[in-house]
Amino acid sequence: MIQLLAFYLFAVVVCVSGAFTILSRNPVHSVLWLILAFFNAAGLMVLANAEFIAMLLVIVYVGAVAVLFLFVVMMLNIDFAELRAGVMKYAAVGFALAVALVAEILIAVGAYSAGTLQLGRRIAPIDAKVNNIEAIGQLLYSRYLFVFEGAGLVLLVAMIGAIVLTLRPRTDVKPQKISRQVQRRAKDATRNVNHPVGQGVEL
Amino acid sequence: MITLTHYLVVSAILFTLGVLGIFMNRKNLIVILMAIELILLSVNLNLVAFSNALHDLVGQVFAMFVLTVAAGEAAIGLAILVIYFRGRGTISVEDVNRMKG
Repeated sequence: MIQLLAFYLFAVVVCVSGAFTILSRNPVHSVLWLILAFFNAAGLMVLANAEFIAMLLVIVYVGAVAVLFLFVVMMLNIDFAELRAGVMKYAAVGFALAVALVAEILIAVGAYSAGTLQLGRRIAPIDAKVNNIEAIGQLLYSRYLFVFEGAGLVLLVAMIGAIVLTLRPRTDVKPQKISRQVQRRAKDATRNVNHPVGQGVEL
Repeated sequence: MITLTHYLVVSAILFTLGVLGIFMNRKNLIVILMAIELILLSVNLNLVAFSNALHDLVGQVFAMFVLTVAAGEAAIGLAILVIYFRGRGTISVEDVNRMKG
């Protein structure tokens, strides 16, 4: 009973916050609604016995991706009121498409629930004695090791790509050149003068 | 009793909201990226729900890979957004026509 109550709470909040993510006028509010949606989706995943994925969702999305979105939204100086001007122009097409899509998905869910589908054998059956994170770790570091390393490679390429894309030579700042500082010797920077008394100093 | 259908319906609603977000915000690129994140979230929810319903762990492993790709996609997308804004001073989708030739 409490499970069903928690499920409906999380489900309603995730749907409402998803709707506000795409509808709110201010993109900062959109990002905050997105964070709420991800928190509640993590709650749904906890209810589905997937603790590891739920915690990963909170860490990766709320900790990294949402902060990245917030950072970009606040860094760019955009007139958001002007951006919202033509929102309703495509609303009719969008709603028609959304209704068609949700009808199709509900038909698919109904067909699946009818139970005519025969699924193949289980690849990695869940063992009730082993807890979730241990089971995922054992699977990830044995059978899916190469895929796991591929995922690491994807992240590396994404990181290098993001850095390369946003890096630019700046001419309006004076950066520190360590090599020039280290190469500089005292005899290059100073000179001795034997200056006569009573005359001004030429610098 | 929470059944698989409950999860599938929530996931369908989230997916549709994401698609609707792409269609309705034709001017703001950041909200489109967020809508894509919503779509990927619904896919992850589907994978986890099926993993739980079929007692098969592979769905959760695959959800992790989807999460990885989604994070990379967000990083690259936002980087492209930043350099685009630097060059043009706008992120409106309708103004993205430089590659039309």
